Amino acid sequence: MKEKTISQLSIGLAAKEFSSKELTQMFLERIKKFNPLLNAFITVTNDVALVQAQAADRRRQQGLAGPLTGIPIAQKDIFCTNGVRTSCGSRMLDCFIAPYNATVVEKLNAVGMVMLGKTNMDEFAMGSSNENSFYGPVKNPWDLDTVPGGSSGGSAAAVAAWLAPAATATDTGGSIRQPAALCGLTGIKPTYGLVSRWGMIAYASSLDQGGPLAHTAEDCAFLLSAMAGFDPRDSTSIDRPIPDYVNTIKQPLEGLRIGLPKEYFSDGLDNAVAHTVEIAIDQYQKLGARIREISLPNSHLAIPAYYVIAPAECSSNLARFDGVRYGHRCNSPKDLLDLYTRSRTQGFGDEVKRRILVGTFALSAGYYDAYYLKAQQIRRLISDDFQRAFEYIDVIAGPTSPTVAFNLGERVDDPIKMYLSDMYTIAVNLAGLPGLSLPVGFVGKHPVGLQLIGNYFTEGRLLNVAHRYQQVTDWHARVPNEFT
Amino acid sequence: MELETIIGLEIHAQLTTKTKIFSSTSNCYGAEPNTQACVIDLGMPGVLPVLNQETVRMAVMFGLAINAEIASRSVFARKNYFYPDLPKGYQISQYELPLVRDGQMIIELEDGSRKAIGITRAHLEEDAGKSLHEDFQGLSGIDLNRAGTPLLEIVSEPDLRSSKEAISYMRKIHQMVVYLAICDGNMQNGSFRCDANVSLRCAGDQRFGTRVEIKNLNSFRFVERAIEFEVERQTNILKSGSRVIQETRMYDAYKCETRSMRSKEEAEDYRYFPDPDLLPLLLDECFISAVRADLPELPDAKKQRFMTQYSLSSYDAGMLTSSCALGNYYETVVAELGGNPKLCANWLMGDFSAFLNKENREITDSPVTPYQIASLLRRVQDQTISGKIAKDVLEALWFGEGNVEADSIIEERGLRQIIDTSAIGEAIEIVIESNPEQLAQYRSGKGKLFGFFIGQVMKILSGKANPQQVNKLLEEKLKE
Repeated sequence: MKEKTISQLSIGLAAKEFSSKELTQMFLERIKKFNPLLNAFITVTNDVALVQAQAADRRRQQGLAGPLTGIPIAQKDIFCTNGVRTSCGSRMLDCFIAPYNATVVEKLNAVGMVMLGKTNMDEFAMGSSNENSFYGPVKNPWDLDTVPGGSSGGSAAAVAAWLAPAATATDTGGSIRQPAALCGLTGIKPTYGLVSRWGMIAYASSLDQGGPLAHTAEDCAFLLSAMAGFDPRDSTSIDRPIPDYVNTIKQPLEGLRIGLPKEYFSDGLDNAVAHTVEIAIDQYQKLGARIREISLPNSHLAIPAYYVIAPAECSSNLARFDGVRYGHRCNSPKDLLDLYTRSRTQGFGDEVKRRILVGTFALSAGYYDAYYLKAQQIRRLISDDFQRAFEYIDVIAGPTSPTVAFNLGERVDDPIKMYLSDMYTIAVNLAGLPGLSLPVGFVGKHPVGLQLIGNYFTEGRLLNVAHRYQQVTDWHARVPNEFT
Repeated sequence: MELETIIGLEIHAQLTTKTKIFSSTSNCYGAEPNTQACVIDLGMPGVLPVLNQETVRMAVMFGLAINAEIASRSVFARKNYFYPDLPKGYQISQYELPLVRDGQMIIELEDGSRKAIGITRAHLEEDAGKSLHEDFQGLSGIDLNRAGTPLLEIVSEPDLRSSKEAISYMRKIHQMVVYLAICDGNMQNGSFRCDANVSLRCAGDQRFGTRVEIKNLNSFRFVERAIEFEVERQTNILKSGSRVIQETRMYDAYKCETRSMRSKEEAEDYRYFPDPDLLPLLLDECFISAVRADLPELPDAKKQRFMTQYSLSSYDAGMLTSSCALGNYYETVVAELGGNPKLCANWLMGDFSAFLNKENREITDSPVTPYQIASLLRRVQDQTISGKIAKDVLEALWFGEGNVEADSIIEERGLRQIIDTSAIGEAIEIVIESNPEQLAQYRSGKGKLFGFFIGQVMKILSGKANPQQVNKLLEEKLKE
């Protein structure tokens, strides 16, 4: 049962080699054994998991099982789970039991998946190293001295260490792809609007998008097929049929036009990472792809624009955490202002406060035009860059992150350096495009990720492009030594 | 120094949709606190708004009714501020791009002339909850039932020049939203309320003076008094050579005065920005035309039609079209009676309205149907009963049971009017014979006694005689 992908586990369950209950128990035991080392889970839902596993086994007996029925999964603690603590990595929600399920949770429950627990994350998804969690940092299973990336660091570490075969995650500026890269996983951030945001605690609403983190593109295809789809409860959800991404995954890559943005291979990119990525590109050439250089001239504006838009939206999104109706409330407030001030001062961590302040400033009277409006204009330019590129290429490829996993504590005092971890991923969120990261090698013991970016709704193509690579390589099948 | 008053009103009308503007919770008034608030209304983590399309239809109806421009693209924005009854820490409203722009409302001034009041904009937004500061021993209670109630905020140009104009404008807006059935107009429950911006300037000045905003006025009387108080206060300030401070004030209905809430320096920066959870609202011409086709006859048009079709005075037509329900009621009575619109008008505006007022009922729950009224007026018209008797019959209809026609009451109680000249003549004979003294006095010039004789004759005839007939016959007799 161990170290098997979802598609393999699915075959095992179908062949009755093992039951969902046995599978679930195995993962729960691994979590018990390894989580203290990694801190990947905030909450482990043993009871829920076993109830769901038994239900899945019954469903299989009744002949009603689908490919994901009985497969365990870890949920990022940003998704509301009815009756289960949903902390979003924050002291603010340390005691918050969500009264309803996120659509993603509802959909995965509906196909019979089993929730193992809620994974650690940067507080309110703000961070690139998982060091901004109220529950402490998560460690990278490939090197316990390094970070797993963020904000979905808990999900990535859990999957990389085989504490779960897959996990849900969210991506506002790279929070699925960068941890996938740093932990040697495959993760996809879908087109904005493909996966419902209902019940996904908002950080920056116009950028947030949920998606899966798993070992293989094929597993991501299974999961995305179940997670995606129109949701009338989310006004930004897109009403279009969702294909079965597994069906199209095997297409050959002959004639695929891959573009390499020259801006993604310049200053700031680690040489060893660059070299690893180049080898992967060569592999694609062997698979029949045609490679050419392209330009995304406004790439350098992505981080500045993001760090206006995301904080602006978050300053408003996080206003509801006021200590009035739920969440952290300070002791014996002496008046309303004191209630607000102390509850929020105590409830939020430093990075969250930093972004709230930046965003509040950016939206203030007299600054709106210079910051927020300007950032939105840049966003359009960035989006236009991509559209011009997609006129003559199919997929953009490049490094997911400029470096491999960095040491814990290395960048905590240097927010700008931390923000640069996402220099290749952020533009994708600003444009609302789908982006995927897959493992393409190592630098020392640290995994390297390749990012694939497609035009809107080309998730099927991205998964196909990643899958074909994984048929001829085994980077995705490597297991960190301490967790075999 | 002659001062001119400048007033602009911001009216908030709660829309009578079944559900809230961004959630599917019931929009009914008066439930137990916090029983009509779902996870969306409570601002739980992870929830998202979905626009109730019915609110759009209602706002467009209003826009068309005031001849405004309907924006083919409007945008919902977040107005950010902290308050315990504002669950999300922001209110979803419309800011730069409202749904309705540049409309107008014609009001009638006291001298009968008409004046167009510009309506800058009308936009959709959500209401906040309610903070309850009593009954909690120094704490405050929060009721979020109202949170998410759809509001149409209607902003006038600073075109109003007196409290009278302001009230007249506000009444017209009130009438309009009730006509369109998009608001119940109940001011006591806060379904229709208003903020007033008041400033003064020297007559002839082009520039406006410093304005003061008076918040949350929930009756016509309060609006009038608050404005009058404010005009006097500002006049005194200016006459004493001081300057008015830009501020937000509240109206204290007990003390009949306005008091400062916060000054401009303390004013919040709402940090408006487009709500990323809602897409821009796009309306096509087809939708707007469909709403236009569904518009009911509007108050001014109805009034005009009543004046021509029923030959009513402007006053009568105005009264009868003050509400759509009254207008419809009136038209049913006229149609049923087959004419005599003036008689119908007099009765509906007179005794019938008096009953409604006395019983504090809306016309929509009048116990007497227009068909019953018509049955009554039919007998007034053909002189079967006198006007005076008709009042008694109306009362009987009002308090009687079931849908009886006036005729059965007239028959049952023997109220048929006596138009037999000989019977009236006989009664006159008796009265004159038995009151020789009064007769002598009358004939010696005490004309006032005529009423006495009428009264006596009517008494004998149990009030059922036709008064004009009695008048005529008695006059003749007394002249003999």
